Amino acid sequence: MRIQHALSYGAMALLGAFGLSITAPATAAAWEPTKPVEFVIPAGTGGGADQMARLIQGVVVKHNLMKQSLIPINKSGGAGAEGFLDVKGAKGEPHKIIITLSNTFTTPLATGVPFNWKELTPVAMLALDQFVLWVNAESPYKTAKEYLDAVKKAGPNKFKMGGTGSKQEDQIITVAIEKAAGVKFTYIPFKGGGDVATQLVGKHIDSSVNNPIEAVAQWRAGSLRALCVFDDTRMPYKEKVTTTMSWNDIPTCKEAGVPIDYVMLRGIFTTPGATKEQVDFYVNLFRKVRETPEWKDFMEKGAFNQSFMAGPDYVKWLGNAETLHYGLMKEAGFLAKP
Amino acid sequence: MEKKNESAGVAAKGISTRAAEIAVALMFFLVGGVVVFDSYRIGSGWSSDGPQAGYFPFYIGLIICISSLVTLGQSLFGAASRSDKVFVEWSQLKQVLSVLVPAALFIGGIQLIGIYIAATIYIAVFMVWLGNYSWLKGIVIGFAVSAVSFATFEIWFQVPLFKGALDPLRFLGY
Amino acid sequence: MFEDLNALFHGFSVALTPLNLLLMFVGVTLGVIIGVLPGLGGANGIAILLPLTFTMPPTSAIIMLSCIYWGALFGGAITSILFNIPGEPWSVATTFDGYPMAQAGRAGEALTGAFTSSFIGAFFAVVMITFLAPLVARFALQFGPPEFFAVYFLTFCSFIGMGKEPPFKIMAAMMLGFALAAVGIDTVTGQLRLIFGWYELMRGFDFLIAVIGLFGIGEILLSMEEGLTFSGKSAKIDPKIVIQTWKKLPQYWVTSLRSCLIGCWLGITPGGATPASFMSYGVAKRMSKDGAKFGTGQLEGVVAPETAAHAAGTSALLPMLALGIPGSPTAAVLLGGLLIWGLQPGPLLFIEQKDFVWGLIASMYLGNIAGLIIVITCVPLFAAILRIPFSIIAPVIIVICAIGAYTVHNAMLDIWFMLLFGVLGYVFKKLAYPLAPLVLALVLGDRAEDAFRQSMLMSQGDVRIFFSKGLVGGIMGLSLLLLFWPVMAKTLARMRSPKAA
Repeated sequence: MRIQHALSYGAMALLGAFGLSITAPATAAAWEPTKPVEFVIPAGTGGGADQMARLIQGVVVKHNLMKQSLIPINKSGGAGAEGFLDVKGAKGEPHKIIITLSNTFTTPLATGVPFNWKELTPVAMLALDQFVLWVNAESPYKTAKEYLDAVKKAGPNKFKMGGTGSKQEDQIITVAIEKAAGVKFTYIPFKGGGDVATQLVGKHIDSSVNNPIEAVAQWRAGSLRALCVFDDTRMPYKEKVTTTMSWNDIPTCKEAGVPIDYVMLRGIFTTPGATKEQVDFYVNLFRKVRETPEWKDFMEKGAFNQSFMAGPDYVKWLGNAETLHYGLMKEAGFLAKP
Repeated sequence: MEKKNESAGVAAKGISTRAAEIAVALMFFLVGGVVVFDSYRIGSGWSSDGPQAGYFPFYIGLIICISSLVTLGQSLFGAASRSDKVFVEWSQLKQVLSVLVPAALFIGGIQLIGIYIAATIYIAVFMVWLGNYSWLKGIVIGFAVSAVSFATFEIWFQVPLFKGALDPLRFLGY
Repeated sequence: MFEDLNALFHGFSVALTPLNLLLMFVGVTLGVIIGVLPGLGGANGIAILLPLTFTMPPTSAIIMLSCIYWGALFGGAITSILFNIPGEPWSVATTFDGYPMAQAGRAGEALTGAFTSSFIGAFFAVVMITFLAPLVARFALQFGPPEFFAVYFLTFCSFIGMGKEPPFKIMAAMMLGFALAAVGIDTVTGQLRLIFGWYELMRGFDFLIAVIGLFGIGEILLSMEEGLTFSGKSAKIDPKIVIQTWKKLPQYWVTSLRSCLIGCWLGITPGGATPASFMSYGVAKRMSKDGAKFGTGQLEGVVAPETAAHAAGTSALLPMLALGIPGSPTAAVLLGGLLIWGLQPGPLLFIEQKDFVWGLIASMYLGNIAGLIIVITCVPLFAAILRIPFSIIAPVIIVICAIGAYTVHNAMLDIWFMLLFGVLGYVFKKLAYPLAPLVLALVLGDRAEDAFRQSMLMSQGDVRIFFSKGLVGGIMGLSLLLLFWPVMAKTLARMRSPKAA
């Protein structure tokens, strides 16, 4: 379960260095969009990717970062495959970008849809999204260990884990927990992260692995409890979110004895055959987006891991992530039957 | 809406209701069969944790097949089989096709030259051929509708509509 | 209670600035346009206009956006009544009686009835939000997968067995709806179903495309048979029709109240406005003394679905505000908006952002009044559309339908499907295959299946889960009661008058 953290932190350091020297290569960005850019979202309205894409759209408008407008379009069919196939099919049309989730890797593996991230042109990684193990605040479990012990004691299929979609990141993490802790959950797939959080508050399920942004409202209101974060290190945000806790106060699952480490890509791709100038334009655009206060605020609210990557680093990261997902999906038996 | 025509000589007047019933029932049977086939392929059983992906579609397809067979039987052998009702008279069918065929051409046109230009031409042609308006009026109204939709969708709501494979409006920069 | 009223009046003072009033009218007008255009729903409309509001203060922004939402709810009824094309999913049930009314030259009456009922439904829901928010919000949490399935089951049961068509044709049509709903990816297992390697089919058959085709295009084809006219174009256009209709409405107060309750219930538990409108129509048909005449142009048949749809649409905002749970896709987009303005939706919003919450609630009252004024004054204008000659309006409608079908998923293939559904609609209507069960199955089929299978996962395949708790058992009981109601009513009637036979 190792995701290349060293790599992503390395890239952050690299970015720091890069930030100083950014003035020099800026002249190379000769290309500019000549018409509105379609921003494909391979997920439904209201979800995590959708929120981020619409925030970016707003930030671009507000700070006038681009002459042409950025138009988000949801193409959520077939667990996002619709969006990917659309971008894949628009070869040579640079006015189209797509924001990705883990379904970049999982959907083609689980459904057999003919698509691979290598068929698109990678632009940049915007951030990495964390996963947290949540239980209802009224349940007696104060730590991940207590909870998993109870799950183990109850026997297989007695505890219900809710998540978004089938054979996607939430279920992958669930399977990983089962392997690591020697337990067995009943996994119940729902349509969206918001549904999952609600079901947990209503005690229809026992736990979830929601992203921070999906569950933060219920956490602050004291109806959910965060047990651990699926990462190597704790989240860096030290400002109090609830009355007593900050994101930083949530222990890692490793500390709790379940060494699982999984983060989700929030990255940007563009169409196949895009030139270097075109990719550079978008990379610069997203660099500027990252500097805005709205973006920083959004990152903090959702406790995102603010790694940024572009160019060969990003491609390398993607390659590793693909291998990782293939391994995880294969182990879990989620690969599509040929 | 339904025109009941009891007189004899159905074939001379139009397509008989019986023929239409049989055709539609056969179509339903075909759809049902396809659904059953694919559901069986992906697993139509009841596994330990509830129904499999194909469980519901399988029975849905089966019910479609059965009900279409009943309807088919009724129209072949039942009381309905001796009815000589007309489903659609030839003259009516001509009217219907005079809308349907241009509509299909219009959609084909969208595919090629995009929604705005296809709509202008379609509205103008429709008005001139079926409404006996002058070409001037047709083109003015067609153009007006396209211009309003362009303003509404492309400029105001920023919803890009289909510009067609040839994209003749490329010069507008949208 | 007193404290709430105080807060509400403070809210009015927040909402009643000239800027906010202006935004309210702009929002409602935009919303009506969005509602009229099929394919461009309230959720899209708000998502599209969201970025424009980033430069406004949050309260003004949400007032404008929520007014777009009210406008879209009002606007959906217009094309349903005039052209049999539902602008929004929740206006499908409005076509059942609204369109026959328009054909009979009573478009003005139907529109007035629809708008006024929408307003009443919304008003009822807002009053409930004002005074019962925390209590009602907790009720929403009671709903897990079994409860959702029970609600969908109830919707089907309230609707089934109503048609006069041959039973095997009803069955075939309904099952075709279910089969179409199953196309695409299966939520529970993630498997692709019924697409046969044709990846364009992955997104499934959207309900709106089927409806635009079956109802809208199908109707135009039927009209063509009769020659180049829309029936009902001779409609009188008289502003007095509004007053005359208002005089008729009070007699339907029972239907209104029942529809308000159904709407609020389904709005809060995120069942949504669409099932609410269907259920309300179905129940009204059963309960009304004119039930047998439903579908031929009864004003009551317009009142029931419109009241429920608007009540549901409005109360869907309650769980968003009180719990941070979006009760509808539109609410989900608004929720995203809150985050961008730096507001955290959820239980603490009422405490931390009093101005905002009460300003929004006050704007619900004012926005709906503004909406009613706008749409009611436009009734003669809308009705006048029917006077445009058929050979002009027909191609324009087909163009708008094509645009609508395209905007749902930005897919060219959907326009072809729309035409195909149009032909099906024409043939089905002539051969007495009912369209309503098909549409209902298409809109609720996959949701009902998901809920059923989620429940089965929870209970490890034990069907008794649907009767395990009071709430779910009660809804299921009610469903079965409705299902067998016709049989029971007959038996009862026979027992009462044994000699009649």
